[in-house]
Amino acid sequence: MSGESTYQPSNGFTQWMDTRLPLLRLAHDSFVDYPTPKNLNYWWTFGGILTFCLVTQIITGIILAMHYTPHVDHAFNSVEHIMRNVNHGWLIRYIHANGASMFFLAVYIHIFRGMYYGSYKAPREVLWILGVIIYLLMMAAAFMGYVLPWGQMSLWGATVITNLFGAIPLVGDSIATWLWGGFSVDNPTLNRFFSLHYLIPFLIFGVVILHIWALHVPGNNNPVGISVKSEQDTVPFHPYYTVKDGFALVVFIILFSYFVFFAPNVLGHADNYIPANPLVTPAHIVPEWYLLPFYAILRAIPDKLGGVIAMVGAIFILFVLPWLDTSKIRSARYRPLFKQFFLIFVVNCLVLGYLGAMPAEGVYITLSRICTFYYFAHFLIILPVLGLVEKPREIPESISASILPETAASPAE
Amino acid sequence: MSDTNTTGDGTTETKTASHEGEPNRRAFLHLTTGAFAAIGAANIAWPLIDQMNPDASMRALASIEVDLDAVEVGQSLTITWRGKPVFIRRRTQEEIRDAENVSLDALPDPEADNSRAENPEWLVMVGVCTHLGCVPLGQAGEFNGWFCPCHGSHYDTSGRIRKGPAPKNLEIPPYQFVSDSRIKIG
Repeated sequence: MSGESTYQPSNGFTQWMDTRLPLLRLAHDSFVDYPTPKNLNYWWTFGGILTFCLVTQIITGIILAMHYTPHVDHAFNSVEHIMRNVNHGWLIRYIHANGASMFFLAVYIHIFRGMYYGSYKAPREVLWILGVIIYLLMMAAAFMGYVLPWGQMSLWGATVITNLFGAIPLVGDSIATWLWGGFSVDNPTLNRFFSLHYLIPFLIFGVVILHIWALHVPGNNNPVGISVKSEQDTVPFHPYYTVKDGFALVVFIILFSYFVFFAPNVLGHADNYIPANPLVTPAHIVPEWYLLPFYAILRAIPDKLGGVIAMVGAIFILFVLPWLDTSKIRSARYRPLFKQFFLIFVVNCLVLGYLGAMPAEGVYITLSRICTFYYFAHFLIILPVLGLVEKPREIPESISASILPETAASPAE
Repeated sequence: MSDTNTTGDGTTETKTASHEGEPNRRAFLHLTTGAFAAIGAANIAWPLIDQMNPDASMRALASIEVDLDAVEVGQSLTITWRGKPVFIRRRTQEEIRDAENVSLDALPDPEADNSRAENPEWLVMVGVCTHLGCVPLGQAGEFNGWFCPCHGSHYDTSGRIRKGPAPKNLEIPPYQFVSDSRIKIG
């Protein structure tokens, strides 16, 4: 999709610069006159929203680090100091804490959108894999960030997650000790988690640049899932999608602000306002909402190593999704069966999230096992088989043909 | 969901002769949207900047009270106020006389002694050299006042700069006597 550059340096300085470091040309060709399919819907605005989330987390995080002390004796109090003493500290911390949730909300919509419209299929496999890497880094950053306030959930969440590594045969215990820098989660652990929590967002930023690069080679997928065939199928990114993305961002910020200003602790856990105590574990320990489905999968398997493998596998299976889906049709619009199974898959993920928040007993365990089985069956059985047996609907000739009224024979979606 | 994102071709709306010269709808929308974005950006920028200003725990320490009972004539006390040293000197009659007898014309930063020490016996100053922030030594230098060892600034018995690179007299902090032997600084 990378055509001829239409950038025209407007003055002497930009001309001089253009022959030395064509940064403005890159920006112009990537975000101004970049040809974009003209049928993108609002599900495509989450890339911009996610960029906003990342920048927000980096800015508020750098500020919080100015006032936070990564030491077991001071961490909890320094967070209270931020809440009570630092000018607007409560606002900055609530933006950062709720920003993590908003980031995951947006990334889940972004991932499901990619699944629904087949955005992971050729030629966008690398784009998809980079996205999964970003998602993994996000989970690591979120987990370590949750440890920093050094409340009860911080300490015990860190204990449970780091003990997962203890399940690895032979070297498990050594790895756990190495992660802790001691014999339990303690001051060295808190210190290194702070260091890594500061590092990871910049790694994410780097992978995001690769993600956008990999996006701009084949260009955007689109709701009908057929490739751009002519200039008639596209509009310039600016102003058409800058405005559309901007509008969606404003709506997203309204939701974000609702949580920050009216329900700042509703997504957290009250136990994390109790200082960490290595002698008492909270009665009911759960991760943040965005990790609950994987927590449910972990608990569904009645074996330590098996549970860890299932949980990690549930994420890593996303890496091979482009090769598990055997259908050549990208968009679910033209795959009547896949569309239904996709819906079941989404509901299954939500149910897993619910089960992850419930106690690990009775019917919840049985349901967790059924949902875990279905999760893997979706990738390993349903997707490969569907591509072979499904009869797709008729594909329009082009993007333009799909939205022009005279050729639009398909019913409204 | 429908995808009726009809593109338009960039041409503006109605251009009738009666509206010639008036801002059109698009210009109005551009302007108001831009203005709202700018106001919003400024509003969110301020908390992000202001967080680096002294916080509430710092501001709570902004004023302190000092007991002067134990200080005899000719003795000094150095206390910490807002993280900086404050010199409190109970001056001798000789020092007061020296300070009062100087002609203001001889001073780089002219200030009368009685405007620097409300009660001539007590001189209260921030002990930070006005050159580059070192702490001067007491009862030293060519004027028997304070001498900054960093770059050789000489202050007199009223803490006024007399010689050397410092541009101004030693700063007098806001203070008041809450009783005969107790002052509040800040």
